[in-house]
Amino acid sequence: MLATYAPLVGLFVLAAGFALFSVTAAPFIGPRRYNSAKLEAYECGIEPVDQPLSGGRFPIKYYLTAMLFIVFDIEIVFLYPWAVANDQLGVFGLVEMVVFIATVFIAYAYVWRRGGLEWD
Amino acid sequence: MDTVPATGLLASSWLLIALPLAGAAVLLLGGRRTDRWGHLLAIGTVTAAFVLAVLSTVELAGLDERSVGVDLFTFISTGRLDVGAGLLVDPLSMTFALLITGVGALIHVYSVGYMAHDPGRRRFFAYLNLFVAAMLLLVLGDSFVALYVGWEGVGLASYLLIAFWYTRPAAATAAKKAFVMNRVGDVGLALAIFLMFTQLGTTSYEGVFGSVGLLAGGTVTGIGLLLLLGACGKSGQFPLQAWLPDAMEGPTPVSALIHAATMVTAGVYLIARSAPLFDAAPVAQTVVVVIGAVTIMIGAVAGCAYDDIKKVLAWSTVSQIGYMFLAVGLGPVGYAAGIAHLLTHGFFKAGLFLGAGSVMHGMGDRTDMRRFGGLATRMRTTFVTFGLGYLALIGFPFLSGYWTKDAIIEAAFDRGGTSGWVLGGVAVLGAGLTAFYMTRLVLLTFFGEPRWEDGVHPHESPAVMTLPMVVLAVGSVGAGFLLVEAFPLADWLAPVFGEPEEATAHAIPPLAVSVLVTVVVALGVLTAWLLVGRREVPTTAPARVSAPVRAARAGLYADAVNEAVFMRPGIRLVRALRVVDDKGVDGVVNGIGAGLGGSSARLGRAQTGFVRSYALGMLGGAVLVAGALLAVTAG
Amino acid sequence: MIEAPDLSLSALSPFLFVFGAALVGVLVESFAPRHVRQPTQVALALVGTVGGFACTLLLAGRGEVTAAGALAVDGAGLFLQATIAGLGALSVLLFAERALDPARSAFVASAAVPAGSPRDRELLTDERVQTEVYPLATFAVGGMMLFVAANDLLVMFIALEVLSLPLYLICGLSRRRRLLSQEAAVKYFLLGAFASAFFLYGLALVYGATGTVQLAGIRQSVTDDGTGTLLVLGLGLLVVGLMFKASVAPFHTWTPDVYQGAPTPVTAFMAACTKVAAFGAILRLLYVAFGTADWTWRPLVYGIAIVSMVVGAVLGLTQTDVKRMLAYSSIAHAGFLLTGVIGLDAGTGSGLAATLFYLLAYGLTTVGAFAVVTLVRDGDGEATALAQWAGLARRSPLTAAIMTFLLLALAGIPLTSGFTGKFAVFRAAIEVGAWPLAVVALVTSAVAGFFYLRLVVLMYFSEPAEDGPSVGVPGLPTTIVLAVTVAATLVLGVVPGSVLDLADGAARLVG
Repeated sequence: MLATYAPLVGLFVLAAGFALFSVTAAPFIGPRRYNSAKLEAYECGIEPVDQPLSGGRFPIKYYLTAMLFIVFDIEIVFLYPWAVANDQLGVFGLVEMVVFIATVFIAYAYVWRRGGLEWD
Repeated sequence: MDTVPATGLLASSWLLIALPLAGAAVLLLGGRRTDRWGHLLAIGTVTAAFVLAVLSTVELAGLDERSVGVDLFTFISTGRLDVGAGLLVDPLSMTFALLITGVGALIHVYSVGYMAHDPGRRRFFAYLNLFVAAMLLLVLGDSFVALYVGWEGVGLASYLLIAFWYTRPAAATAAKKAFVMNRVGDVGLALAIFLMFTQLGTTSYEGVFGSVGLLAGGTVTGIGLLLLLGACGKSGQFPLQAWLPDAMEGPTPVSALIHAATMVTAGVYLIARSAPLFDAAPVAQTVVVVIGAVTIMIGAVAGCAYDDIKKVLAWSTVSQIGYMFLAVGLGPVGYAAGIAHLLTHGFFKAGLFLGAGSVMHGMGDRTDMRRFGGLATRMRTTFVTFGLGYLALIGFPFLSGYWTKDAIIEAAFDRGGTSGWVLGGVAVLGAGLTAFYMTRLVLLTFFGEPRWEDGVHPHESPAVMTLPMVVLAVGSVGAGFLLVEAFPLADWLAPVFGEPEEATAHAIPPLAVSVLVTVVVALGVLTAWLLVGRREVPTTAPARVSAPVRAARAGLYADAVNEAVFMRPGIRLVRALRVVDDKGVDGVVNGIGAGLGGSSARLGRAQTGFVRSYALGMLGGAVLVAGALLAVTAG
Repeated sequence: MIEAPDLSLSALSPFLFVFGAALVGVLVESFAPRHVRQPTQVALALVGTVGGFACTLLLAGRGEVTAAGALAVDGAGLFLQATIAGLGALSVLLFAERALDPARSAFVASAAVPAGSPRDRELLTDERVQTEVYPLATFAVGGMMLFVAANDLLVMFIALEVLSLPLYLICGLSRRRRLLSQEAAVKYFLLGAFASAFFLYGLALVYGATGTVQLAGIRQSVTDDGTGTLLVLGLGLLVVGLMFKASVAPFHTWTPDVYQGAPTPVTAFMAACTKVAAFGAILRLLYVAFGTADWTWRPLVYGIAIVSMVVGAVLGLTQTDVKRMLAYSSIAHAGFLLTGVIGLDAGTGSGLAATLFYLLAYGLTTVGAFAVVTLVRDGDGEATALAQWAGLARRSPLTAAIMTFLLLALAGIPLTSGFTGKFAVFRAAIEVGAWPLAVVALVTSAVAGFFYLRLVVLMYFSEPAEDGPSVGVPGLPTTIVLAVTVAATLVLGVVPGSVLDLADGAARLVG
């Protein structure tokens, strides 16, 4: 019965291999072109910094923002299937989603009021 | 005998106990505020209890089934053990209740005069009330557990009252001695109750007596002997008699009430109450009889040798209770006789003690009879009442003791065979010795030349003291006739002990017994007159005396025996145990402690504070869990 | 059209109440001005917990499964929910104590300020408080209540996280000894995450083996298909995750460090409520899902119970800190509770009722004991070193008497609830033939009794130190907590009949 999991294990191996390969291969095979655009801020407004691999550090605030992003990311993950199946879920589904979004919104309000969205 | 639920007045029998108990509580908790009127309250509660007891007895006499149960509440309910707190109102318990409250009330009144100048008067009356309450619980309870509670209660009251003047080392020691020796007996009683519970699952009189037949013979004998041990401790019977004379260190009213009239007779009550048990255990009965006979002689012999008026009376009590034991040990023929003697003894011995107290009161608290003498004219009322008590005790014809003691002696002879002759002989000899030492006491105290110390001015006691003495003297004169001839106690107690059987064949005709006893008593009186009354009395006891006198003066070496057989080996055992405890038990305990502490410290090192090692520990645990589960499922 | 699942709003009312209060608390935190936050939050938290308590009482007697089989509403669940909500309310009262600390709270003024910095020293005496503790605690209470009602491994996991995450956080919010507190929080978080991972992995394996996450479905599958390796491994990992929360040895290592570091009111809350919740989940998992295959886990639980009792009792002997000592006591008690779990035989409810009663009794006594710990203070906050408690009875006879009584209850001395509880669980174990376990439990009780009594002896028979701690005069909240816990400990010890009957009547698990 364990045999049914074989493809899963294969998938794990493939994914791990891909991640390892990409990270190790990139410095070697990637072209190195230095220009001013590399030093410009990202579209999300963050200044580019040194890669952790080469000894640089991220500001801790980055993690906070990243986590907040994940909260909303997951919210979206829930919203997609609901949107797809909305016809079949009916009013019950709508109410559930409203409850869900409302609770996330309360947390969002807290983060906002407490300055969690401010970088400095 | 069926017990019927209580109705009417009898349903409130619990008041008998509650009244004096409330009195004790008020006096003990009320503190100094109750100093002024406390003794009056104490008298009031006991008198009220007496009135209630009289009314209850009248009502009880009117019932067909003269046995009434009063359920109060569930005392202990655990597992198989259900002990209800209930009272049993029957002729036996009411007889005792009348004695306790009646004599108790008189002695309360007497104590007002006796303790008038004592700073601890309130405490004294509180303890007396406590005693009365406990004693009533002892006799009114409907189970052995209730009896035990009362039993310990009177033991406590006795301890407190013997040591009432606790600043005197002798009083404190005597109280401790009484307490310890009573504990020895109490252990027997407790074991007997445990045995009843394990064997029968009940401790109520009804339940136990109803199922005596289910028990193996050996068990009944065991229970009987254990009960007897308890009875011996409480009643000062051989081999636990030594505490009673020492208990005279307590105030005299205490000696009269507790150590003569009531508490010390609790052993007799216990055996009489357990009649169905003892009837089924002939061996135990025989032991009772033997102990009674031995104690008669010990008490009488020791009583001849003492010069302390209260100690002589105390040994006399020991001896007289021996008669009661002898009687109740004889089985159905003797129960009523024993109880009757107990009642008359309660009257005359209480009267004698009160008289002795009155003498001591007049003589500045001295008790050495060698320094008395010639008091008959100075203390008339005391002399007359004391004299009547004396005559009743020695069995002067037609006074109380004559009726009740003769009945016991008769019953002893009627046992038949050699044992009957031996027991009867001992009883007669005891009567003669009683006559001797009591005559000696009266002669030394009231007759002859005054041998008073300087500064002693004997005077009659106040009326509050003499009045109870008069009442008790009247009882000493008339109670025996009333209880044996006029209203036979045996008939009244029939619901408890069965209808009295008319002895068909007497070993010796009753008349012959009476004549024999009277002659022996007269001989005793005469001997005392010849040895004491006619001669000069030395004011200090002669030192050069024969071996029997020395033995008697030492209470027949009871203390020495106790010390040699129990105390010194006991102390040695305790020392040895201490060594074992220090070295062995403590060693093991400390070893375990040290071992645990050591392993605790060693195990504690795993608590490093590092998350990584904690996580590793958890992982190890998880592996073990998984392994264990797999092992179980695979295996 | 997909059918909407059947939702019984009345059955959900306790959760709605508690979580609703917590959410409103978050809004208050967001929008209310600072000076009204503390009283408002305390009121909200009390409304939430007491309301949740009342709702469970109103539900008493129900026995059903709702929310598409995700939630069980049954006697045992409701009893535990009421216990959690009640103990939670008492803990909130301890949180709200203003009279003891000079800065009027046991919680930090601003958690984000680095410990030991100048700003931190400045704020030490500031009367500002990080009032988030109240909604966080309320969330935790809600999670715990959900934990014991979860009839579905996924819901159980969600509940586990809902109860754990706020706890990790509030562990680090102590006003004094902040580094110790933060260390405790991080340790608890890391190890808690580790344990959650075990639980989640176990969940996955069980799902893989049975194809369902519902307890009833697992039970059906076990009955039909037996127990395969995968399923048993999954069960083992689930048990590890739950035992961690219940601080059962050998998954207990976090307990002393976290109990010591966390603010004492939080320790009280964790020690009482988390224990109840974790055991509720253990009972449900073992008896609803795996009750028909109890031969698989019974030897395991048997062994773990012994390990936990021995480790708790023996390690407790050498502790020098009151809070650590109580932590080891908590580990030993987890072992005693497992004897009750062993004593639950299919068909008879004695072990279940005994465990329910024990949890209630232990929770109340523990909250009381930690409440006493908050009273004994020196200039540096609470004086938790045992040596500082020497001669406490002379300084404050009442405090020492209360602590003595509660310690005697923890030791299981008659006339206290501890005795009744121990008696009940040991009897349950003996009834199913596990008397060796009961013997071990009695021996370890005796060993544990030693360290409780050592503290008693220390308080009464030692000379007080010159610069010893003083005993603070508690305000109303702590006074209420002490009165309730002492009274309950006494009542459950002297006349436990009605509560035992209640537990007996409640001892039913559906699913």
